[in-house]
Amino acid sequence: MNANLKMNSDTQPLLDVVHARKSFTKGDGGELLVLDDVNLTVHPGEVVGLLGRSGSGKSTLLRLIAGLSKPSGGLVNYLGTPVTGPAEGISMVFQSFALFPWLTVYENVALGLEAMHVARDEIRRRSLAAIDLIGLDGFESAYPRELSGGMRQRVGFARALVVHPNILLMDEPFSALDVLTAETLRTDFLELWSDGRMPIKGVILVTHNIEEAVQMCDRILVFATNPGRIVSEIQVTIPRPRDRNDPAFAGLVEQIYVEMTAKKGRTTARVSPAGGGGIDMILPRVSSNILAGLLETVAAPPFSGRADLPEIASELTLEIDELFPAAETLQMLRFAEIGGGDIHLLPEGISFADAEVDERKRLFARHLLAYVPLAAHVRRVLDERRTHAAPSSRFLDELEDHMSPEAAEESLRALVSWARYAEIFAYDDETGQFSLENPT
Amino acid sequence: MSTTRTAWSTASRGAPSRFDLIALILVIGLLAFLAATSKGVLAPITSLDSSPVSLNPWMLPGYVARTTLRMLAGLSLSLLFTFTYATWAAKSPRAGRILIPVLDVLQSVPILGFISVTVVFFMSLAPGRVLGAEFAAVFAIFTSQAWNMAFSFYQSIRTVPTELIEASRSFRLSGWSRFWRLEVPFGMPPLVWNMMMSMSGGWFFVVASEAISVGPTTVTLPGIGAYIDLAIRQKDLHAVGYAIIAMLAVILVYDQLLFRPLVAWSDRFRFESEPGAPAPNSWVLDALAGSRIIARALRRMRGFGRMIGAAVRVRPGAISTDTAVNAKNLDRIATGVVALLLGLAGWQAVRFLAPELGLHDIAKTLGLGAITALRVFVLIAIASCIWVPVGIYVGLRPKVAQVVQPIAQFLAAFPANLLFPVAVAAIVKFHLSANIWLSPLMILGTQWYILFNVIAGASAMPGEMRHVSNNFHVNGWLWWRKIGLPAVMPFYVTGAITASGGSWNAAIVAEAASWGDEHLSATGLGSYIATATTEGDFHRIVLGVVTMSLYVLLINRLLWRPLYYYAERKFRLS
Repeated sequence: MNANLKMNSDTQPLLDVVHARKSFTKGDGGELLVLDDVNLTVHPGEVVGLLGRSGSGKSTLLRLIAGLSKPSGGLVNYLGTPVTGPAEGISMVFQSFALFPWLTVYENVALGLEAMHVARDEIRRRSLAAIDLIGLDGFESAYPRELSGGMRQRVGFARALVVHPNILLMDEPFSALDVLTAETLRTDFLELWSDGRMPIKGVILVTHNIEEAVQMCDRILVFATNPGRIVSEIQVTIPRPRDRNDPAFAGLVEQIYVEMTAKKGRTTARVSPAGGGGIDMILPRVSSNILAGLLETVAAPPFSGRADLPEIASELTLEIDELFPAAETLQMLRFAEIGGGDIHLLPEGISFADAEVDERKRLFARHLLAYVPLAAHVRRVLDERRTHAAPSSRFLDELEDHMSPEAAEESLRALVSWARYAEIFAYDDETGQFSLENPT
Repeated sequence: MSTTRTAWSTASRGAPSRFDLIALILVIGLLAFLAATSKGVLAPITSLDSSPVSLNPWMLPGYVARTTLRMLAGLSLSLLFTFTYATWAAKSPRAGRILIPVLDVLQSVPILGFISVTVVFFMSLAPGRVLGAEFAAVFAIFTSQAWNMAFSFYQSIRTVPTELIEASRSFRLSGWSRFWRLEVPFGMPPLVWNMMMSMSGGWFFVVASEAISVGPTTVTLPGIGAYIDLAIRQKDLHAVGYAIIAMLAVILVYDQLLFRPLVAWSDRFRFESEPGAPAPNSWVLDALAGSRIIARALRRMRGFGRMIGAAVRVRPGAISTDTAVNAKNLDRIATGVVALLLGLAGWQAVRFLAPELGLHDIAKTLGLGAITALRVFVLIAIASCIWVPVGIYVGLRPKVAQVVQPIAQFLAAFPANLLFPVAVAAIVKFHLSANIWLSPLMILGTQWYILFNVIAGASAMPGEMRHVSNNFHVNGWLWWRKIGLPAVMPFYVTGAITASGGSWNAAIVAEAASWGDEHLSATGLGSYIATATTEGDFHRIVLGVVTMSLYVLLINRLLWRPLYYYAERKFRLS
């Protein structure tokens, strides 16, 4: 930790987000709220994590802070002044690296300084220093396509640091890398940070990886979806360098799982219990293979029907972005219950895991029609029509009254894949027609 | 890595190399060429009469040089148009809503139609000077290239990855630098490819526009087109042969000196690099890149560019509200102006045509259009039956493809109108039916697009797919039906679209051809426009051109575009 920075942390904050909200205008003129009433303060010397699943608005918040988009309400203050565009002193590392493929490593790094109209000798000196710092010595004249993912992201870091920002924004910077490379990069970064060798005063890290958040951050803000908002704040006081095998580390990870599943339980409760809740819930695209696989794993020993989510995540090497939607879908279909960071199977879930293919399909079909209102709705429409066919646009239009066009498309796609597995109705992608006929 | 890159990195240090020598010769050669050929451009128009085009083959290199210079001028103009028009359309959705359909319509107008209509206007721009006629010829090249280049660049700007835009914004690049450092590089590979594609159109029309008579206005610019026009009038097959040889040489030189280097250079801007694909190479680029002198000159130019950048320092990076409002207002005004101009143009056209032409004329041109359309379809179908199997056969054999592919591209670039006299002479000699035998000329130059696209498609077929079909013994007709044809479908459709568009354009030249004083004419919209052009009947020229544009537009909208999307969705292997 940067000691002298930590000392004046109670003076002026680096960043202050006050009641920020962001909404997009829908096609029909309605508003879609993606970020609701977010408050966030970053003090010098802090690494703040924004943790949540995709669609929870954490990346949207990061872009508001970066000045890449404007809040629909509220304020983003950087060093006491409102952010109205990309500010000098805030720079960003991107998930996909966002390097210019036609520029060399050196040119990529120097670009930010050129835009600032820094003198040429100064550009050279600072760029080489940043390249050196981040461990890219010798790669100056290489093109990004010649580099491995890890090296590319190092360029991303060097490029962000060379402009000497006060705040470094990181948008899931390690999620496009393999596990080993990501770990190396994280440790290298933390080492530089702890030694105070980087010119930055504060870091905001967006991630959906709970362990990563615990490993890197001083403070974690947990986001929930629909609309995106902060639901809890967790202080991480474990001394650095942090060890994943430390019981305190594992305990905190477990605590966050509990927190995240508890909140999630409440949001899905809105739709799942009675089954008649309406078609306005967004269905996640989870393959029936994952659902079956998850049920089987939880049903089998050593879990035997009840499993700790962090354990199951590492057992199946699933990120929370994959595990949570799958677990929630099982909860929605009443095959399982989630709570307290655990998943436990309901009797139907256990029968599913024990059943053969045809029995599984029957079971799945029954639950799909009973507990997913959209499935029941589509089926009803098809039954009522004399032709037993309906275009997808008919349902998309209906869904778009409640959600964004993308979400509507996603939900319908998810439904199609489940319905195909359950054989409750058919869909022809070429004509965009739902029908009751089985394909010949 | 490619030799290009090593050449670049050695450029900054060390003594002058052989690269310097080659580069120097290239540059001096270019300058001398520009100076020598542009001399005649400012001469008074009477100089054309005092030194008429001659069939002496030794004059040909000079003519070829003039034609080449026109080509360069047209290309530069097209580039300028692309960077402004396409950028505007892409950056302002409101303007784009009008600009893009306008581009689509312009693309459907037959290029020779543009020339017939505009040549008088251009002549009047520089009265009594050769320059006016040169403008008209250059404009012809411009119209044959600008539209699809603009489309390609528009598409590129629209598809720049969001994170790259965000990166350049968060590093506060000005609008100017963002354009040159992100958008132009990103759009470069498809742009160069499109330039190359429309090259053949360029040659075709520059040749056609060098000797053109619209009523009493006759333009004969010294160039390869005028040379061949004279050869036709004098029935000199030898001269036609010389011209063909000269043209072959020019295309070869253009390919080596301009397009090879451009393609090799633009390869560095490719965003997605599929590993395994060999980087294109060019000895010219290697020479230029290896030269210290050139490197220094480039640095100067870059410094100059930065100065301009500093001068026009716009910062769209900031999302301050008032500039956004200003931009919106500007946009609204611009859109209004465009809409007004469109309305005015439409009204003018009606006012111009209505008193002279009746419904009868419209019905007649529509009928003729249908005949030409039929011709184009039949020809495309015949060409497809021949070239699709050949293309697949060749494409699956890499060794053969390596030889055939460049030849097919070369043939596509060759202006087929140079070959017309040979065919016409044969038709006259054997007393063949003009209605049937003139038709193949329309597709003579454009059929190669089908061939080389299909070759490209077949060679892109994944090895695994071929192994699967071998493994399951899928052979014969079943193989063609289930594997071969579907795999090349998207490529074939692309080729067929280009071929069809080119054939419509060629119709004006192909449906009415002559050999000495023998005039052959096939019934169709092309010969209708050609006849009206010779007679200087502007009403009928405009009516014919509008009808043809309408046909092309409708066929594109109703047939080719849906087919293209269908093929892309269903058959694209990715």
